[in-house]
Amino acid sequence: MELNFLTAHELIEKLDKKEISSSDILNSLYKRINETDAKVRAYVRTPDTKHLTPSTKLPPISIKDNICTEGLNTECCSKILEGFKPPYDATVIKKLKEAGAAILPLKTNMDEFAFGSSTENSFFGVTSNPWNLECVPGGSSGGSAAAVASDEAVWALGSDTGGSIRQPAAFCGVVGLKPTYGRVSRYGLIAFASSLDQIGPITKDVTDAALLMNIIAGYDPYDATSADIAKPDYTRALENNIKGIKIGIPKEYFVQGLDSEVGKIIEEAITKLKSLGAVCKEVTLPHTEYAVPVYYIIATAEASSNLARFDGVQYGYRTPNSKLPTQNLIEMYKKTRGEGFGEEAKRRIILGTFALSHGYYDAYYLRALKVRTLIKKDFDDAFKELDCILTPTAPTPAFKIKEKVDDPLKMYLSDIYTISANLAGVPAVSIPCGFTKNNLPVGLQIIAKPFNEEALFKVSYAYEQNTPWHEMKPKI
Amino acid sequence: MAIDKDTVKHTALLARIELGDKELEKLSRQLHDILGFIDKLSKLDVKDIQPTSHILQLKNVLREDVPRTSLPVEKVLANAPQRQGDFFSVPKVIE
Repeated sequence: MELNFLTAHELIEKLDKKEISSSDILNSLYKRINETDAKVRAYVRTPDTKHLTPSTKLPPISIKDNICTEGLNTECCSKILEGFKPPYDATVIKKLKEAGAAILPLKTNMDEFAFGSSTENSFFGVTSNPWNLECVPGGSSGGSAAAVASDEAVWALGSDTGGSIRQPAAFCGVVGLKPTYGRVSRYGLIAFASSLDQIGPITKDVTDAALLMNIIAGYDPYDATSADIAKPDYTRALENNIKGIKIGIPKEYFVQGLDSEVGKIIEEAITKLKSLGAVCKEVTLPHTEYAVPVYYIIATAEASSNLARFDGVQYGYRTPNSKLPTQNLIEMYKKTRGEGFGEEAKRRIILGTFALSHGYYDAYYLRALKVRTLIKKDFDDAFKELDCILTPTAPTPAFKIKEKVDDPLKMYLSDIYTISANLAGVPAVSIPCGFTKNNLPVGLQIIAKPFNEEALFKVSYAYEQNTPWHEMKPKI
Repeated sequence: MAIDKDTVKHTALLARIELGDKELEKLSRQLHDILGFIDKLSKLDVKDIQPTSHILQLKNVLREDVPRTSLPVEKVLANAPQRQGDFFSVPKVIE
């Protein structure tokens, strides 16, 4: 079998035994990308091979376009960051390089600034779902998920603000993990919503996700919100034994809006976990219905502030209409931002600016922060008696390209099951748990207490060892 | 709470984003719908609830004020759309 089809841990074993070299893996990846990426379009730009540092220890990794890689274009798939080559590496990149991984010198596609759930809002064009090229891969880390699912990547990094790792992982049939807020450094992740953003792994199986977390997790003095809590060896949680583990099934997630086929597949997964010894019971997260409106106030408010830095002065695009030094500075800002940002970015920046503006702050932003307290308390209460919470990752399987693009509200609701974990700061993973009649993957979401990623690994590993879903490959 | 075209226009100015007429029209309609959905939050009584801006129990994260080497000027200015010598260049601000 070609090397690109293997998991990272299988490749690491071969590298350790010196059966293969890392350039063999790279060649196999490039061959695959040349063959299939014209259809999938998981990557933006073409490989800039002069940046490649061959490594012997770990397989190369694919990186989302919003994580800074020194000297290698990082543009958040936005016109306004056109040509930006970061002068430094994000902490996760630094850690990967130190661990001996090569960074694939082409980045993965995403919704502009991670604003979206379908990867349709990219300046570089749409990515297709490897399982059905007419469908979206999910988003915003759609490029990373599609690259891993199509074996155009061994493993990848994404970022998750409201589901941007887990929802595309579910749509593409791969593993995607959002760590606890503060577990992985955000230094060098181009900020969307600073109180919600986390970088995390997108991989072919649970073992790879644990290996990747071992590399990227941990305290970083360069990120003031990174938690100074010792990092465990996550691979130790990979034991095929979940007898007696207590799992809660929140009833608010199994209501109108959940696709009946997805619902049935999730029920089967619950039955499977019970047969493996898990103790499942119904629980309540009463404020679930408020998560989406809270999110779209907090996330857009933070984004409107974070994205103020894109003004045509320090990096990226500047309107060509204002080259004359006599022209008004504010006009230059307005034109640069009006021309440089895409439709969804403008929508979110303006919504966020509105929520923070004089006269509306209390009614929107402050109220949203208070409801966030209630959502977090729901999880605190539920976790008093539980190890994990289990839900569908998304209410539907992958939808068609263009299906929701003109209806932002409908698009926002596709994040309905993933957003709460970001608001509460808890870790959550999506793993493949079956396929619909139309052969589209379905994802199972497992949520745990803060800094208890081990519980996620434990349950997802046991499930994976006893099901065949992670071995399925799309025909492209 | 409804949002009208004038409010969107004013907010766009605050956000320093130029919008075309059609764009303004479409955006006003969409923001009206989105805010209508968000108004769901007004159903809840939050009078005695403390706001959560951050989930970690962190307060005033400080470090020693020790000088360190900065990024080289050339490296930082390499991304500037316009520069003059060692400076970022912008349209004239002071008349």
